[in-house]
Amino acid sequence: MAKLTLDELRKKRAEAQKGIYLREGEFRGKIIVHMGTCGIAAGARGIVAAFLEELERSGTKDIMVTTSGCAGLCSKEPMATVEMLNTPPVKYGELTPDKARNIFKEHIVGGTAVAAYALGMGSERGA
Amino acid sequence: MAARRIELMLCTGTGCVAGGAFRIKQALEEEIARHGLPDEVSLVATGCNGFCGQGPLLVALPEKIFYGWLKTEDIPFLVQEHFLKGRPVQKLMFTPPEKKEPIPLLGDIPFFNKQMLLVLRNKGLIDPEKIEDYLARDGYAALEKVLTSMSPEDVIEEITKSGLRGRGGAGFPTGVKWKVCRNELKTPKYVICNCDEGDPGAYMDRSVFESDPHAVIEGQTIAGYAIGAAHGYIYVRSEYPLAIKRMQIALDQAQEYGLLGENILGTGFSFDLEIREGSGAFVCGEETSLIHSIEGKSPEPRQRPPFPAQVGIWGCPTVINNVETLANVPIIVTRGAEWYSQIGTATSKGTKIFSLVGKINNTGLIEVPMGITLREIVYEIGGGIPGNKQFKAVQTGGPSGGCIPNSLIDLPIDYESLKEVGSMMGSGGMIVMDEDTCMVDVSKFFIQFTNDESCGKCTVCRDGSDALLEVLTRITEGQGMSGDMEFLEELGLAIKDGSMCGLGQTLPNPVLSTLKYFRDEYEAHITEKRCPAKVCKNLIAYWIDPQLCQACLICHRECPAESIYGEKQMVHVIDQNKCTKCGTCLDVCPPRFSAVKKLSGEPVPAVERGIKVERKKKPARPEQEKVQV
Ligand SMILES: Cc1cc2nc3c(=O)[nH]c(=O)nc-3n(C[C@H](O)[C@H](O)[C@H](O)COP(=O)(O)O)c2cc1C
Repeated sequence: MAKLTLDELRKKRAEAQKGIYLREGEFRGKIIVHMGTCGIAAGARGIVAAFLEELERSGTKDIMVTTSGCAGLCSKEPMATVEMLNTPPVKYGELTPDKARNIFKEHIVGGTAVAAYALGMGSERGA
Repeated sequence: MAARRIELMLCTGTGCVAGGAFRIKQALEEEIARHGLPDEVSLVATGCNGFCGQGPLLVALPEKIFYGWLKTEDIPFLVQEHFLKGRPVQKLMFTPPEKKEPIPLLGDIPFFNKQMLLVLRNKGLIDPEKIEDYLARDGYAALEKVLTSMSPEDVIEEITKSGLRGRGGAGFPTGVKWKVCRNELKTPKYVICNCDEGDPGAYMDRSVFESDPHAVIEGQTIAGYAIGAAHGYIYVRSEYPLAIKRMQIALDQAQEYGLLGENILGTGFSFDLEIREGSGAFVCGEETSLIHSIEGKSPEPRQRPPFPAQVGIWGCPTVINNVETLANVPIIVTRGAEWYSQIGTATSKGTKIFSLVGKINNTGLIEVPMGITLREIVYEIGGGIPGNKQFKAVQTGGPSGGCIPNSLIDLPIDYESLKEVGSMMGSGGMIVMDEDTCMVDVSKFFIQFTNDESCGKCTVCRDGSDALLEVLTRITEGQGMSGDMEFLEELGLAIKDGSMCGLGQTLPNPVLSTLKYFRDEYEAHITEKRCPAKVCKNLIAYWIDPQLCQACLICHRECPAESIYGEKQMVHVIDQNKCTKCGTCLDVCPPRFSAVKKLSGEPVPAVERGIKVERKKKPARPEQEKVQV
């Protein structure tokens, strides 16, 4: 490849920064998809993929998508919990990839929880 | 790059690779593929993470969950449980010795959270073989700043103001060295990076090469700009194949991007680097020997002045800096001298990387601010001494450093304080010793090393180290005489005075510092023929306490010298004439009996053969069962 100019170096650096945001450790919120055997059977993998696609498309860097075990409400799977900084977590159930996309747009980007799919606000503290 | 939810930062420094990190990598890739996770979970092979005692290891981002002592068998479970189902696996997390609960997060582990990462700021966070990863963490931003907005004099001024001193041993102010070289009229000029790293047990520089090679290239290029050089050498010992490989990849990438070579970034500045492999001798790390070695001459030191900054390689002005020194340069340029000089002590700025080894729970590579105390290093970062043993001393500064005793554990570490107590910063080796370490034996060990490595040019160094070794050997063999200690001191000082290079000038340090702080141990060896730590073979004996022996026959069977008499029901007896003092009997005697004792400085009580054992109160179990212990 051709030698870089100053501008090209800066562009390369900005481009490279997009790839490593998980390493920077500054997160505004977290999407937890429940991936117990029940969740996976009900289609949780597709929910993860939908969230990751939205993350990428919107260029959002400060949201973590993670998974956790069964949430104990197997009949409502696939489920996800959205935890935004300084607000109570919101649990969503019976998700589809489309619902996940909506949650991303309205709750994560827009800042308002999607009441229609919400199972409950606040997560019960485990004993 | 596509969005993912997990990044696995797998350590592939030399230590972890030796422990099977590449096999772990393959297993991870297979399992990630098997679960259809490649779009969600990515795997990055990083350089040394630092917590080498826990390797092979990985850190799962974004949560930063630390997993250590990984085995390929663990990987299927780990991938399924954590990376698929989101249930972190406790049994693979770090659990401090004598604790039950694991510590899941890297940031909560004391080994990590007391450190300050400037030089190692990218360790474990980038793939060292990808220049993009370095760029993403503000890589080459310092070079950009220097080439677009600073004159060479500005750069030298900034480095001088930062207070940066050489990390290769002597602690010479880096800015001053650069200035001397810049002011020389003769051209061309050169910059050499010293990655010879010959100290036994030291691997700071290797780790920097393996985890962040571009930081060194960037620092060295800035040095080249500052002094007006167009060419530089990276001198690295040939025993570091992985470091060499990663550095070569980094050089190729930098050249391809035009960050090295002609007209860098279109600014008109040209600079190039090439690797030279070291010839293996310890003295090759000494700057004038190193230069001779690159020139194809025999690697012997020469008299200074003139210093290399005046007359260096090919007779031209040459700056020679240590790896860690150069790796400090980019961050000083980007964050500024003022910021940098706030870290550390009055005379020693910034941080220092140490390799923490020996009798310590957490072994590994650490970066700490100058001025941190030994206590913080040993008890907080290092997690204390294994087996609740007593801390005795720490040896710093490599083979020519000194031993710092327990009584100085609150010493703040910097160039001056270490020198004051008879040791030195050196390149940053730190060997922790406990009550089972014999200080006379330790000083003999280091003198053996430097005696081997003396190039022989100066008589005091060559013959003087022979004489030191001979006397130390005699003392450890129980042949010490009165006057030996005074002789060692006198000769030590003479070697320091009469040697041309740093090797001879510092080689007596281990002897002198142990004579100063552990004189009673020398005295015990010489006058009582006793080794207080019970290490020196000629001064110890193994003995089976007839009251404790339960005649289990294990030691009798395991003794490689067949020196233990043993029969069923009969107290076992060691034949002192046949015993080679290998200590096997002590190791194999079941802890519930603990019948084998080490003695020193006292006569070995005679035990007749044919004494019946005294059974302990609890009825002994049948013979067959005991055999299988
Ligand atoms: C016997 C001996 C061995 C040395 N080995 C090394 C070494 O392995 N690495 C190193 O950087 N400096 C080593 N030095 C110090 C170098 O001579 C030189 O001072 C150093 O590379 C200068 O770099 P600095 O100013 O950045 O510390 C050694 C010195 C002596 C006397």
